[in-house]
Amino acid sequence: MNIHEYQAKALFEKFGVPVPKGAPAKSAAEFDAALASLPEGAVMVKSQIHAGGRGKGTFTDGFKGGVKFCPTKAEAKEKAGKMLGNTLVTLQTGPAGRKVQTVYFTQASDIKKEYYLAILLDRATSRPVIVASTEGGVEIEKVAHDTPEKIHKVFVDPAYGLADFQVRDLIFKLGFAGPEAKNAAKLIRNLFTCFWETDASMVEINPLITTPTGEVLALDGKVSFDDNALFRHPEIVALRDLNEEDPKEVEASKAELSYIALDGNIACLVNGAGLAMSTMDIIKHFGGTPANFLDVGGGASREQVVAAFKIILGDKNVKGILVNIFGGIMDCNVIAQGIVDAVKEVGLKLPLVVRLEGNNVVAGKATLAASGLKLVSGDTMADAAQKIVKLVAA
Amino acid sequence: MAILITPETKILIQGITGEFGARHTKLSLDYGTKVVAGVTPGKGGQFFEHGTHRVPIFNSVADAAKATGATVSAIFVPPPFAADAILECVDAGLDLAVAITEGIPIRDMVRVKRAMQGAKTRLVGPNCPGLVTPGSGPDSSGGCRIGIAPGYIHKRGHVGVVSRSGTLTYEAVYQLTVKNIGQTTCVGIGGDPVNGTSHLDVIKLFNADPETHGIILIGEIGGNAEVEAARWIKANCKKPVAGFIAGATAPAGRRMGHAGAIVGGAEDTAAAKIAVFKECGIEVAVTPSDMADALLRAAKAKGVTLS
Repeated sequence: MNIHEYQAKALFEKFGVPVPKGAPAKSAAEFDAALASLPEGAVMVKSQIHAGGRGKGTFTDGFKGGVKFCPTKAEAKEKAGKMLGNTLVTLQTGPAGRKVQTVYFTQASDIKKEYYLAILLDRATSRPVIVASTEGGVEIEKVAHDTPEKIHKVFVDPAYGLADFQVRDLIFKLGFAGPEAKNAAKLIRNLFTCFWETDASMVEINPLITTPTGEVLALDGKVSFDDNALFRHPEIVALRDLNEEDPKEVEASKAELSYIALDGNIACLVNGAGLAMSTMDIIKHFGGTPANFLDVGGGASREQVVAAFKIILGDKNVKGILVNIFGGIMDCNVIAQGIVDAVKEVGLKLPLVVRLEGNNVVAGKATLAASGLKLVSGDTMADAAQKIVKLVAA
Repeated sequence: MAILITPETKILIQGITGEFGARHTKLSLDYGTKVVAGVTPGKGGQFFEHGTHRVPIFNSVADAAKATGATVSAIFVPPPFAADAILECVDAGLDLAVAITEGIPIRDMVRVKRAMQGAKTRLVGPNCPGLVTPGSGPDSSGGCRIGIAPGYIHKRGHVGVVSRSGTLTYEAVYQLTVKNIGQTTCVGIGGDPVNGTSHLDVIKLFNADPETHGIILIGEIGGNAEVEAARWIKANCKKPVAGFIAGATAPAGRRMGHAGAIVGGAEDTAAAKIAVFKECGIEVAVTPSDMADALLRAAKAKGVTLS
């Protein structure tokens, strides 16, 4: 689960990670109060969407820049009015962009130097890793690729936690000195506590800045959480913004289906994540394009199959459907009945290819054949994929 | 000799009285697996009954292991309690803990993995279908089935299968069985980013097992476990190996059902992993329908008989 920058910064503050003074606004009526809470002087206005590249983004009405520096509060109010309710397109949003439903005003900071700081899971060591660099405010992937020596990593032993010597080492490597060093060390320790105690899967500050007066501040904040751990963090679940999620994906999660919308035209309905991924792959292999990833789970019920069909058909790009079920434990006949019911219930007009294999498959295939539905049967994954690609192309 | 488990292995089930655990315990008993104990705290002294089977239930893993000689546990307990269940197996000194549970918080697994360093117990999973060593009875019954895989699709034989995914493993096993090619052991290591046994760990076991003549290695996007295994194979494994990587069409940054199946960098894409497979002499299955055929090609090239 992801949260907005303004929510991340509120979380940072709670854990003692300093951030510039700021206030969010969800409507134009809230602009004055939000701006009044900030000290006089320059203000940053920041569009709040769950995607990066906001500063370089363009709104669909042609207004440029989802993050603006404004010398005065009056100008900040004007710019915020142009952003709120407008749709921002960035490199990460896709061409449709995201509607800005919250703007965030922050006090503009004097920047002495920019750094990069993040904490995430390192899969190879199964430990949290702190990643830091003196090259902040730029794309960290580019820094890692061009100048890997400027990326510093600290692996944290979960048995001991983050050790003081590790923090000191990192501080020296980043070149902090004097009061800055002390402030940065405290910030790093507090950010790690924030990461660990909230079950975050990633916290990222880019840029982390120093100011001429020796402060160390998180100028931006990106946090995502481990979905599996949300059950023990109701306060974090409350931060979820459904506006930032695909409505079909939200619908699917309610039915305990795992669904991800893609931009192709052949929908897939599959049991198991690995098989679902490879069903998408085989469609592509035979020249089609998958419209979605959809995993109905290892033991899908009839109701889930019906819900899955409804979600698939909510995507107007879909021109055909491929059902690929390997019924290991689950009875293929139950699934076949689910398919028949679903097709009748939703009044399916699109081509449908079904590949059933596994437990009680003979009865399952008989159920499909006896249903009188216009569907095509596929014997293997390859056979089924070729058939649906051909039907959709026709 | 199969790997990790044999038809004689005695297993216990943690969470035997839960709906999910109970259903799969029955299927394992039907398959002929030696399920000798169940563990549900508070229900010690009761019995799990299925047909003529009467499996004693204990309050703790240590009690169950001591009383029955069980050396392997299948863990079906819900996610908030699963990490503790794994640690209990370590404390009881079991040989193997197989965590079927899906949805364990990553932080819990990070701590468990650290706690297991140097321990005798091996972990398979979590979020995995488990393991099957097929038996020699009808529909491979008489084997050892730990977890949730369908037993009947297997056939006793000489191919080792290792995969992160459940249904994709069944797909590969089924392709082999319909071609009359049996398996030594099929291992699902699970789809989570932090797990116990890795692809490489299983490959090493298959390589050392004289009964295993060929290997199917099934991977996914995300992480570098498949690459690590492939490089080891190139240097150390003489047996024919076929590989498949799922997720070529998955968009970057999106989690595809398995928490581990997410593309983060240039090295963990399907294309990058397939390129390493080829470079390491692994016969790549072009599509998931091609997994058994790919192994046959690899075996033919090395002059190895699989059946």
